[in-house]
Amino acid sequence: MPDNFYDEVLLDHNLHPQHLHELPCATCSHAGMNPSCGDEITLHLSLQNGVIEDASYTGVGCAISQASADIMLDLVIGKTEEEALHLKALFSKMIAGEITEAELEELEEAGALQNIAKMPARVKCAMLGWRTLEHMLAPKG
Amino acid sequence: MHKLLNKQNFPVFAQYPGLVYLDNSATEQKPQAVLDAVSHYYCAENANPLRGLYDLSVKATEAYESARAAVRDFIGAKSEREIIFTRNASESLNLVAYSYGRKHIRSGDAILVAISEHHSNLLPWQILAKETGAELHYLECGRDGLYTTEALEAALTPNTKLFAVAQISNVFGSEQPIREFAEICHRNGTVIVCDGAQSVPHIPVSVKELDVDFLVFSGHKMLAPMGIGVLYGKESLLKAMPPFLYGGEMIEYVTRESATFAELPHKFEAGTVNAGGAAGLHAAIDYIREIGFAEIRQAETALTVRAFDAMVQIPGVRILGSQNPYAHHGILSFTVDGVHPHDIAAIFDADGIAIRAGHHCAQPLHRFLGIPSSARMSIAFYNDDADIDRFIETLKTVRRRMGYAG
Repeated sequence: MPDNFYDEVLLDHNLHPQHLHELPCATCSHAGMNPSCGDEITLHLSLQNGVIEDASYTGVGCAISQASADIMLDLVIGKTEEEALHLKALFSKMIAGEITEAELEELEEAGALQNIAKMPARVKCAMLGWRTLEHMLAPKG
Repeated sequence: MHKLLNKQNFPVFAQYPGLVYLDNSATEQKPQAVLDAVSHYYCAENANPLRGLYDLSVKATEAYESARAAVRDFIGAKSEREIIFTRNASESLNLVAYSYGRKHIRSGDAILVAISEHHSNLLPWQILAKETGAELHYLECGRDGLYTTEALEAALTPNTKLFAVAQISNVFGSEQPIREFAEICHRNGTVIVCDGAQSVPHIPVSVKELDVDFLVFSGHKMLAPMGIGVLYGKESLLKAMPPFLYGGEMIEYVTRESATFAELPHKFEAGTVNAGGAAGLHAAIDYIREIGFAEIRQAETALTVRAFDAMVQIPGVRILGSQNPYAHHGILSFTVDGVHPHDIAAIFDADGIAIRAGHHCAQPLHRFLGIPSSARMSIAFYNDDADIDRFIETLKTVRRRMGYAG
């Protein structure tokens, strides 16, 4: 039977993550956590002149938190901090069910997580990587 | 099979005919008899208990106090003065930590806590240790989830004032030799606090036999409504403890400057009590007693063994704790290789099966075991073979549905 529990893209990123590794050249790292489900993700960013030159994550979590972080890093590596924060805003809009078709295109593979909005218990998992990224990039007052 | 074992006595299963409910360690479903008892209390006996000088209030008081008598008899306590109604096991443990703990535990003392404890039997002691400057020690268990009497003896110091341990672990389902532990503790002058949240609903528990100083449990894990729980304490200890909460119906005499407090057990039951919940707990105890623990254990053990034997056949599935199915008391925590427990639970949910995933409020234990979290299925007597078979069918598909070949 066509048996996959999650979207193919999501399962693939979970089973074969590209960015799950240490990052020796990281300029900053930050741990994000979902205490209720035990997801723990540490993001590592190498920031040069406002651009995310390289990035990775380490830690353990459910398929949704892992795949969402992996897809996010595909998207934001090579982008400016501003562009990355813009994508985070779009991702939040998508989860809230308020995104337009054009905006959804910008999110590329992250669009695979659109249906998470229908699983309220999993929204936190999908957001974990993005929330952590935002925390690291948010303009420091 | 006793007719009260049947699921049909539980209205939730009429509401959701396809539901397989295997999260009984978190809370149990309620039989019609318990719901009727609560309803009867509010329809025919409701007034503020212990206060009003009129017929209805006397009825309310009788309902409430007869529930206390039923609890006393159920756990073999000497006196109703030893039975304090609380909201749940967590509140009971907090009561002991705040009242007994703050009076008797000082800087330089030690508190010993079993590493497998639920957060509710760990955090009150962690906070108490921080506030008083006492040391907090942990007793470590074996892979089977059991503590040995030797380990306990070695962990106790002359300064250990209190030992907190669950009779049945909510993660492993393992049953500790509480009676032996109590003897060892008492020889050392240590008070033993026993969390009975997972044992009182499933095995006969007698405080007289166990000789524990405090025993706590929750009504909602044993067929009763949420919001009613029990603290048992030896009378001599309770008598010497200061009140935990202050307010109505726990006083004898109040002036502008001071007050004298009511006798046990009312000293610890400030404010209007949960008489409806107590009536429900009374009905739950009657329900359990009418079936009898022999039948309950037989039913739950057969289901546990059925699940265990099938689970160990499934590649990638690992059961935490003892590899003897008879040592689990209906609690089977497990992992599936390569699949996070949160995803496991989501897959079960999609198939209409309720199980728990996470650290089951036992984070230090999961760290000790070297795993971030686990999934848990837990059985009650009203589960049946079909529930277990559906659980197993889904468990067999988990790795495949997560994209693993084979």
